[in-house]
Amino acid sequence: MPPSRIRPAKKKVKIMAKVEFFEERCKGCGICVETCPKNCLVLSQRFNRQGYPVAECVRVEDCTGCALCAEMCPDVVIEVWK
Amino acid sequence: MKQVFKRPRSLIDVPMHFCPGCHHGIIHRLVAEALDRFDLREDTIGVASVGCSVFMYDYFDVDVLEAPHGRAAAVATGVKRARPSNFVFTYQGDGDLAAIGTAEVIHAANRGERLTVVFVNNTTYGMTGGQMAPTTLIGQTTTTSPYGRSAEEAGHPILMSEIMSQLGGVAYSARVSVHDPKHLMKAKKALDKAFEVQIKNVGFGFVEFLSACPTNWKMPPLKAKKHVQDVMIPIFPLGVFKDATAGLES
Amino acid sequence: MSKRKLVNGNEAIGMGALDAGCRFYFGYPITPQNQIPEFMAAQLPKVGGVFLQAESEIASINMLMGAAATGVRVMTSSSSPGISLKQEGISYMAGSEIPGVIVNMSRSGPGLGGIAPSQGDYFQATRGGGHGDYRTLVLAPHSVQENYDLTIHAFDLADKYRNPVVVLGDAILGQIKEPVALNPPGTVKTSEKEWALTGCRDRKARLLKSLYLSDGELTDHNWRLFAKYERMKDDVMCEIAGIDHAELIVVAFGSVARIVKTSIEMAREAGLRVGLIRPITLFPFPAKALRDAARNTRRFLTIELNTGQMVEDVRLSLLGEADVDFYGKPPGSIPTPDELFKEIKQSLERKV
Repeated sequence: MPPSRIRPAKKKVKIMAKVEFFEERCKGCGICVETCPKNCLVLSQRFNRQGYPVAECVRVEDCTGCALCAEMCPDVVIEVWK
Repeated sequence: MKQVFKRPRSLIDVPMHFCPGCHHGIIHRLVAEALDRFDLREDTIGVASVGCSVFMYDYFDVDVLEAPHGRAAAVATGVKRARPSNFVFTYQGDGDLAAIGTAEVIHAANRGERLTVVFVNNTTYGMTGGQMAPTTLIGQTTTTSPYGRSAEEAGHPILMSEIMSQLGGVAYSARVSVHDPKHLMKAKKALDKAFEVQIKNVGFGFVEFLSACPTNWKMPPLKAKKHVQDVMIPIFPLGVFKDATAGLES
Repeated sequence: MSKRKLVNGNEAIGMGALDAGCRFYFGYPITPQNQIPEFMAAQLPKVGGVFLQAESEIASINMLMGAAATGVRVMTSSSSPGISLKQEGISYMAGSEIPGVIVNMSRSGPGLGGIAPSQGDYFQATRGGGHGDYRTLVLAPHSVQENYDLTIHAFDLADKYRNPVVVLGDAILGQIKEPVALNPPGTVKTSEKEWALTGCRDRKARLLKSLYLSDGELTDHNWRLFAKYERMKDDVMCEIAGIDHAELIVVAFGSVARIVKTSIEMAREAGLRVGLIRPITLFPFPAKALRDAARNTRRFLTIELNTGQMVEDVRLSLLGEADVDFYGKPPGSIPTPDELFKEIKQSLERKV
């Protein structure tokens, strides 16, 4: 499973939680992006083989592992660690 | 770090055919999570219906029997009467349950069959291209109500959860939605109850899920999600209409 | 010598079901078969079985499919209009290869018709009746004893072929009372079904469906089913009587065959050489028996309580090798032996 893109933190911040996206299953619906209470997720400019723009986590340092993105994803794209 | 969210065991690891933003995927996963939570996968016999839900057997890792359109509740009755110790559920859309299958679901419920029925209401016939459903809202445009549904010609949207709650054999009837996390968590609890009333041999369990159909509503996924909240819920009130689980031992 | 009991025709079918190990019945009341659900309602609870009066014939065929999918023996019964309602369910059972026994005690049609006996459901029973390329085995009793025996046989055939089986009776066969020799207890033979849905403990999940969308999948599936229907010819059954040196062979099934038998006796007493071929399986049809008989007899007379259904199969079987006359009596009145004797004589005269 391809890992999400991790932007190097500017300060030495401990990563509390992370999400992984099974990008080939993403349909670019955007529900996870709207759901994330910390606005960590965006719809990227990359397309998977199905032609959908894939969602991704752009600020993993803000992720609290609430897993609401995964709960709302209709395609079981996201796995969450805390 | 430990994993706090992953695919439930009862949900097969394959891509799902649903459109982007369709809530069927969420509801399927919730049902699979409940099957895992109650450790039912190996004792379950699912009854598949006809509609976008028809491929249920590709997604749930349980024994499945395909029923004719509308007949899932009758087929499930036969299954459960023959195998009372198995967990038997149906998963039906608004055409399957509220149009062609209304007699079957009402009578199965009235008899108090120990079944759990998952009813997905998206106010349209999705699989066949967006025709009017018994749950279509007044004024809603569909391919068979191109001028908007008129109450004089086509009646009013049917409120199944309320109807079910009036039947003696029903032990649990609720309407929920999965359009945001708060409502999704409530939906999980409702599903648990609908499972519980079968497991504890109390009666018929029924959960109506309000769901989005972005493709046939001709809306993008996020707008469709909002449509559930702003337009559907006022007509299809959320809530528990019957609950016989009070006082049951866990 | 086995004990014989005076039994109502409909009840004999119920007894056959029980003695075949059937413990599940789903049905809906309709004249003239109500003794079947009433008998099952009284008897099934005594043997730990399940009787359920469904809300319609549609619901009951679907309940039958659901229960049968778990591997148990199940029966439903109805009469003509109710059997029309069951056609979709029967098609699904054939497509999903789920066994079951469907009893049709025919009444008169079309539409609401009447409650008099008829044989107007022959096409419906033997041609599939529902949509798609499929067949059901069809057994046609002509006595209360056969009601009992053929019902038991129906369950065995259903399991053997994983197919729905129709028992085609009529209002006469449902209402008459005759002595029946019952099987001794414990003659049931059922087997484990490796396709049955029981919950996927310690095995892969199973699926019973009839939907095949991939390119070529449904083609293959239909040819497989077709091959199965061809194999059913192994179980063809018919009664053959007095065809040696016969100048005329009457072909009749079900209750009309009883009246025909009397007419044939009258013909024989008058010195006429008349034989009988009585199909017992209507599908598979005893085509070979007819063709073999046609080597020595060049005239056949088909008699049925309809405007001409089985006669098509008789003509198809003989393919012009013999002349086929037809005498039909659509429902509403039952022919007398004299009436049929007259037809037999006329048929023989046509020969000259």
